[in-house]
Amino acid sequence: MMTASLATVSYIGATILFILSLGGLSHPESSRRGNLYGMIGMTIAVLATVFGPRVTMAGIPWIIGAMVVGAAVGLYAAKKVQMTQMPELVALMHSLVGLAACLVGYANYIDTSIQLEGAEKAIHEMEIYIGILIGAVTFSGSVIAFGKLSGKIGGKPLLLPGRHLLNLAGLLIVIWFAGSFLHAESINDGMLPLIVMTVIALLFGIHMVMAIGGADMPVVVSMLNSYSGWAAAATGFMLNNDLLIVTGALVGSSGAILSYIMCRAMNRNFISVIAGGFGTGGGTPAAASGDAQPAGEVVSISAAETAELLREAKNVIIVPGYGMAVAQAQHTVYEITQLLREKGVNVRFGIHPVAGRMPGHMNVLLAEAKVPYDIVMEMDELNEDFPDTDVSMVIGANDIVNPAAQDDPGSPIAGMPVLEVWKARTSIVMKRSMASGYAGVDNPLFYKENNRMLFGDAKKMLEEVFVALKA
Amino acid sequence: MSLMIGVPREIAAGEKRVATVPEVVEKLVKLGFKVAVESGAGDAANCSDDAYRAAGAEIINGAAKLWSASDIVFKVSVPTMEEVVLLREGGHLIGFIWPAQNPELMQQLAAKKATVLAIDCLPRMLSRAQKMDALTSQAGVAGYRAVIEAANAFGRFFNGQITAAGKVPPAKVFIAGAGVAGLAAIGTAAGLGAIVRANDTRAEVADQVKSLGGEFVKVDYEEEGGGGGGYAKVMSEGFQQAQREMYAKQAKEVDIIITTALIPGKPAPRLITAEMVQSMKPGSVIVDMAAERGGNCELTEPGKAVVKHGVTIVGYTDLNSRLAKQSSTLYGTNLFRLTEELCKTKDGNINVNMEDDAIRGLTVIKDGAITWPAPAPKLPAAAAKPAAAKPAAAPAHGHGGGGAPASAGKTAAIFGIAALLFLLLGAYAPAAFLGHFTVFVLACFVGYMVVWNVTPALHTPLMSVTNAISSIIAIGALVQIAPPLTEGFDRPDGWIRWLAVAAIALTTVNMFGGFAVTRRMLSMFRK
Repeated sequence: MMTASLATVSYIGATILFILSLGGLSHPESSRRGNLYGMIGMTIAVLATVFGPRVTMAGIPWIIGAMVVGAAVGLYAAKKVQMTQMPELVALMHSLVGLAACLVGYANYIDTSIQLEGAEKAIHEMEIYIGILIGAVTFSGSVIAFGKLSGKIGGKPLLLPGRHLLNLAGLLIVIWFAGSFLHAESINDGMLPLIVMTVIALLFGIHMVMAIGGADMPVVVSMLNSYSGWAAAATGFMLNNDLLIVTGALVGSSGAILSYIMCRAMNRNFISVIAGGFGTGGGTPAAASGDAQPAGEVVSISAAETAELLREAKNVIIVPGYGMAVAQAQHTVYEITQLLREKGVNVRFGIHPVAGRMPGHMNVLLAEAKVPYDIVMEMDELNEDFPDTDVSMVIGANDIVNPAAQDDPGSPIAGMPVLEVWKARTSIVMKRSMASGYAGVDNPLFYKENNRMLFGDAKKMLEEVFVALKA
Repeated sequence: MSLMIGVPREIAAGEKRVATVPEVVEKLVKLGFKVAVESGAGDAANCSDDAYRAAGAEIINGAAKLWSASDIVFKVSVPTMEEVVLLREGGHLIGFIWPAQNPELMQQLAAKKATVLAIDCLPRMLSRAQKMDALTSQAGVAGYRAVIEAANAFGRFFNGQITAAGKVPPAKVFIAGAGVAGLAAIGTAAGLGAIVRANDTRAEVADQVKSLGGEFVKVDYEEEGGGGGGYAKVMSEGFQQAQREMYAKQAKEVDIIITTALIPGKPAPRLITAEMVQSMKPGSVIVDMAAERGGNCELTEPGKAVVKHGVTIVGYTDLNSRLAKQSSTLYGTNLFRLTEELCKTKDGNINVNMEDDAIRGLTVIKDGAITWPAPAPKLPAAAAKPAAAKPAAAPAHGHGGGGAPASAGKTAAIFGIAALLFLLLGAYAPAAFLGHFTVFVLACFVGYMVVWNVTPALHTPLMSVTNAISSIIAIGALVQIAPPLTEGFDRPDGWIRWLAVAAIALTTVNMFGGFAVTRRMLSMFRK
C-alpha cells in the first residue's frame, strides 16, 4: 500500500505524461511516442489509485473483474473497427465517458460517509449536479452522433418548431431544480430534482445533436470530445482529485480548440453550428442563390479517358472527401497514386480541414492505405499550386471544392475557404450523381468548361481507371 | 424547316478572312442548317468553292443572290452600307459590329427589322462564353503573326547559336501588354529562341508571362491596373512617368518591341516616343499592334511598314488577314459554337434566348429594337471580390497564435467579466475549492498551448487519444468502490459498489480501446 504523498507524486507524474502525450501528436514521427506516454500515464494513475490510500483490499477483486471485462471489449473493438468507421467509434467512446461521469456522480451523491457543512456542502453538491449534467449531455449527444455517423439515424437535421425556446425552457428548469436540490434536507429529497435534471440533460443532448446536419459532424464530434473532458474535470472537483481536474481540463480545451478550428475551416460561427439547422442533406438550395443558378452543360468522361488525362499529366492533385470513405476507395486511390508516381507524375493530396466526418478523417484513411504523409498536404499548403496543376481529381467531395463560396456572396457557404480545383487545367469530379452536397448548395464547378464528371461508385470507377492506366 | 446560313465574300479592303471554313460547314450541316457560300468567298483563305461544296454547302454566285437567300448571315468585318441594303427584312446577322463606333450602322440595321449578334459584344468573363470569344481567337493569331512580321523585318536569328562561323547572340524581344495577343507573342517569340521580356499594368498577369517563357518586367511604382472585367485602365501620372522610364531603358537594350497596349473605348496609349525609337539599335524592329487605334508608338504609320532612325516600324492593321486560313478557321469555330448555343434543339432553327447571359450580351439588335448595351452580367462583379477577401482568409492558419486579435472593446469586456467572476469566487468560495480551481485554470491553458501545435493530419488520432485519456474518470469510480471508512458512518455499500463497477467497466472499454485504436492508426502513418 502506498502512502498519500506517494500517490500524489504518482499523479503528478501521470499529469506530465498526459501533457507530453498531447504534445507528441504535433508530428507524425513523434506521435507514436506520444501515445505511449499516454498509456504509461494512465497505467501509473490507475495503479497509484488502486494501491493508494483511498482503496482498501476489499475492493480489489471488484476492480479487477470490471477492468478485465472492459479491457476485453475495448481491445476487441479497437481491433475490429474499420478505419472508415473511426468517427462512429470515437463518438461511441465519448458516450461511455459521459455515462461513467453520471454513474460516478450518483454514486458520490448517495455516499453518506461524506459529511460536509455550509458552503463546502453547497459547493460539493453543485459539483455533483454539474458533473451529472455534463455527463448526461455528453452521453445522449454522443449516442445520437454515433447513430448519425453510422447511418442508423438520417443525416438530416431535425428542426423542432421553437427549438431555441425548448432549450431555454430546459435550461430554466435545470436551474430551478438546482435550487431545490441544494436545499434538499436528505438524500431522498434531493433524488427527485437530480433525476429530473438528468432526464432533461439527456433530452437536451439528443435534441442538440439531432438538429445538426451531417456536414457539421466534425464540429460535433470534437465538441463532444471537449464535453467528455469537462465531465471528467467536474468529477475531479466533486472528488477533490487534482489529477481528474487537470486531465479533464486538458481534454476539454483540446476538444474546444478542435471545434474552433473546424468552425473556422467552414467560416462559420460556433454558436450557429450548435444552434443547428445547417447542412440539410439534399434540401432545396437557399433562395439567395436562386438567381445565380450555375448555367451551362455538364461534360461527363469515361474511366478510360480519365486514365488518359492522368497519364499525360505532370502534376496531379487529388482531393478526397467523404464519398471516398463511403466507397472505401482509399486503397484503389493509392494504387493509382503509386502507378502514377512510378511514371514520374507528381501526385499530391489536398485535404480540406472539414473533409469527412471528423477532424483529420481523410488523413487517417490515406494513412491506412499507406499513402506517405509527405505527399498529403493541407489546403493552405497547396491551394496556390492549382494553376500549375494539369489534373485535379475530386473524389466524393462537393462543398469543399465549390467555387460559389468565393464567387457568390449569396451562397449559404459564401466565405468558406475552399480548394480551388477549378484552377487546374482540367478538373475531374467523381460523383455518384448530380445531387448537391451536404450543404444543399448547387456546385458551379460541375458546369465549368474545364471540368469533367466521372459518374459512378468511386471505388468501381477508380478500379476501372487503374486497369486502364496499367494497360 | 431548317434555316439557311449564308456566308458572303468579304468586301472590305485587305480583308482576306472568311466567316466559315469547309470543316465548320460540315458541323453546321450536322446541326440541321443549310449553308450557302458566295462563290470565291474563301479564295483568299485557301478555301476553294469545291471544298465548300464537298462539305455540303451550296455555292451561290453574286452577293445579292446570297444575301437574299440567307436567313442568317455570317460576316467577319463590319458590314458596309451596301451590304446592309442587301440584308433581308427581319434577317439575322452575326459578325463584328462594334456598336459603339458605328451608331449609323446600328440605325440602318434596326430599320431592317434585323436581329444582330455582335461577336465583339460577348461578355468575356463568362467562362462558358470563352469558346465563342472571337476577339480572343483573333488576337491570338495576330500576336503570333506580329512576331513573324518582326522576324521578317529583323536581320538576325532569334535564337542564340554558337556555330563554326562565330557566336550569335539571341535576340531580345520586349512585349508591351500581356493580353491575349501579347501572351501569344510571348509564346511565339520564346519558341523561336529569343529572350522575351514583357510588361503589363495588371500585375496579376506576371505568372502567365512566366508560364509562357517570358520574363515579367515590373514598373517601379505601386498601382493596381485592372480596370474590371480583365481589361486594363488608364493609369495615374506618377505611374506613367515610371512606366516611361522603364520603356526608355528597355528600348536601349532590346532588338524588337511588340506593343499590344489597348484600353477599351480610348485611343491607344503612347508608350514609345520618338526619342526612344532613336535610342534603339539600328536594324531593330517595332511591331505596333495598336496601329489601328492610333498606335502605341509615336512614329507608327497605320497599315505600313516604315523605317525611321534605322528602326523598322511595322504598323500593319491586317495581321489577321495575313494569316487568313488560321484566322478564318478559328473564327468559323467561334461562330459554330455560338450557333450551337442558339440551336440547342439541333434541328436547324435558332432561338435568341434573351434570358441567357451570353446571348443577351451578344444581341445588339433584336427584331429591329436596339438592345445594346446589355446590362452587365452578374459574374465579373463577384469574381473581382475574392481578391479583396483573400487577405482576410490568408492568416487563417496561424498555428500557435489562435485567431485574429479581438477588438479592444471586446477584449476589455471579456476581461471585465472574468474579473467579476473571479471576484465573486474569491468572496464566497472556500479555500479548498480555490486550490482546485487554480489547477483547473492552469491546466486549461496548458491544454490550449499544447494542442495548437498538433498538425491537422493528426486530428483524428488526437481525438482518439484525448478520448482515451478522458477515461481517467475511472479514478473517480475506483476511489468509491471500497474507501477506508471512518467508524460510525453508514453507507449504502451495495448500490455504490455496483454503480462504481459499471463505471469502471465502461471507462476501461474506453481506456484500452482508445489507446489501442490510436496506436493502430498512428502505426499507419508513414513517410
